[in-house]
Amino acid sequence: MMIFRVKKTTTNILVHLLLISVSITCLFPLLWMFGSSLKTQGTVFSDMSIIPAQPHFENYVTAWREGNFGRYFFNSLIYTSTVVFGIVLVSSLAAFAFSRLKFPGRNAFFIMFLAAMMIPLPGSFVPLYVLMVKLHLVNTRLGYVLCLINVGLSFSIFLLKTYFDKIPKELEDAARIDGCNRLGIYRHVALPFAKPALAVVVIFNALNVWNEYVLALIIFNSKDLMPLQRGLMIFRGEFLTNYPLLMAGLTIAALPIIVLYLLMQKYIVKGVTSRVAFP
Amino acid sequence: MILFKNIYDWYRALKGFRKGLATSIIVILSVSLAELIYQKSHNLRFISPIIILLVVSALIGLITKIILVRQFRSFLFIVPALAIFSIFYIYPFIKVLQLGHYNWDGILPTMKFVGLYNFIEVMKDKVWWQSMFNAGYITFIALTFQNALALILALACDRQMKAGNFYRIIFFIPPVLSAVVVGLVWQWLYDGDYGLLNHWLYAIGFPNLARSWLSDPKTALTCVAIVHSWKGFGWGFVILLAGLQTIPHEFYEAARVEGANSWQVFKGITVPLMIPVFVLVAILTVLGSMQSFVLILTMTDGGPVFHTVVPVTRILNSMIGSSRFGYACSQSIIFGAILLAISFIQKRVSQNMRQA
Repeated sequence: MMIFRVKKTTTNILVHLLLISVSITCLFPLLWMFGSSLKTQGTVFSDMSIIPAQPHFENYVTAWREGNFGRYFFNSLIYTSTVVFGIVLVSSLAAFAFSRLKFPGRNAFFIMFLAAMMIPLPGSFVPLYVLMVKLHLVNTRLGYVLCLINVGLSFSIFLLKTYFDKIPKELEDAARIDGCNRLGIYRHVALPFAKPALAVVVIFNALNVWNEYVLALIIFNSKDLMPLQRGLMIFRGEFLTNYPLLMAGLTIAALPIIVLYLLMQKYIVKGVTSRVAFP
Repeated sequence: MILFKNIYDWYRALKGFRKGLATSIIVILSVSLAELIYQKSHNLRFISPIIILLVVSALIGLITKIILVRQFRSFLFIVPALAIFSIFYIYPFIKVLQLGHYNWDGILPTMKFVGLYNFIEVMKDKVWWQSMFNAGYITFIALTFQNALALILALACDRQMKAGNFYRIIFFIPPVLSAVVVGLVWQWLYDGDYGLLNHWLYAIGFPNLARSWLSDPKTALTCVAIVHSWKGFGWGFVILLAGLQTIPHEFYEAARVEGANSWQVFKGITVPLMIPVFVLVAILTVLGSMQSFVLILTMTDGGPVFHTVVPVTRILNSMIGSSRFGYACSQSIIFGAILLAISFIQKRVSQNMRQA
């Protein structure tokens, strides 16, 4: 019995050692990024302590000012909020129709949305750009927002539909007796019922939009319109060897995402695991 | 009663009139629209006008049917989604198939039809196949190393759930970061002159191992693949852990009572029940890794001398770099077809395994 227990504790310790070492590997690059951002150009190549003894927080001020970060940050905020709002509105309407309403071609359209998730995005860079030129949406906020709404649509419709399917029939009937029409049921029954799924849709798409890089690369060529990720690359081109400033810029870009993630991690995990049920 | 019957007759007459009106509107609309399409589009000339007419009238008929039927208002719910989707997804999807057959610089209105020439050129392009190989290598590392790590960690966390929640929060931090941030931070760690990795190698006494990791052709691709796995293993971990938690505890207890050891439990219970989850993780890994390119764009930009190019950076290069839009389209088509084929094969394999 004693031997068994000792064996169990040793495996437990080994397991924890493994988990802790992987955790350190996960966190260390971020810590190093933050630490480097507090050094100066003179000490960054020689001072190998993780957090320097004399932190230079003025790097953040310089990066923010020199790197035009205020502009990029503002742009990213605009894009993220409008795209997420658009996706929630459009996809919840569509998912509600696919789940609770009847009209000709319902299943065919739904299958079409699902099949779209199979088509990889890189396949359509060029025609997407051509389309943007034709519609005069190149280098505009509207074009970028519409493209990103489209990217998030399929997944959100699928997730919301599975949730709307769970609404009890009685609830819908009761609302109908109370005088709700289709829009009323959507607003007063379906949306409140699907709040957890809506949270997943919001968080997931917010992360995606904030981290989006390649569509911004294709669509924008004016610095005033670029989101943060694109701005980082420009910033890096301008301050190629100034690592403290670059790391300060990266920290500025990463911080909102990390905070949002830590606050909402329950919903993010839910969103990832909902893919287990993916067709 | 008579009054009621009269009204009903009126209603039927009106209905008949409406139907007749609708039919004639459909006919006129479809003929004129087909005519317009035939006049405007040069690419459709080779299709007979009758087929265009048939397709257009069928479409208009369907639309009017939806409008006339009472369920029109239900249909309105999906109109915004459908509109965005057709403009930004279906149109590019069809357009790419057409553009792949042309030589076009993306600016001039003249496009030269070259048939399959672009595809042949892609097939002969050595750099393109190099890029395919690189993407395959990154995918291989992700499938083996990254997913094995994810599975081991998930199994470790499944035993102790309280700690598991804590580790899950940490392990999913790299996946939520943007690829630009991750790429630039790791580039700094890998830096040849001042990077931390070389500093450590000097410190522990292996100065001859130190090199500039990302500009050395021997190590560049592996370094990128490692960063890709670092960023990606959290996905697999979270999905696998969720899958493990769906296995009922009674199964394990029953096996313990029978006297099975850990390895037998893993082989006999965990693996068979987890096969659908394994396949899902494999599909997501392959599709994600084949298409990953932002990391490469930020860390090496394809260098040194094409040693880390991947198909997507090639496509972007032909498009933005050398303004060969038609060529970029045929590259996209080939790449897309390969990805589709991979996911189909994997789906088929998973179905076979489920039946077996």
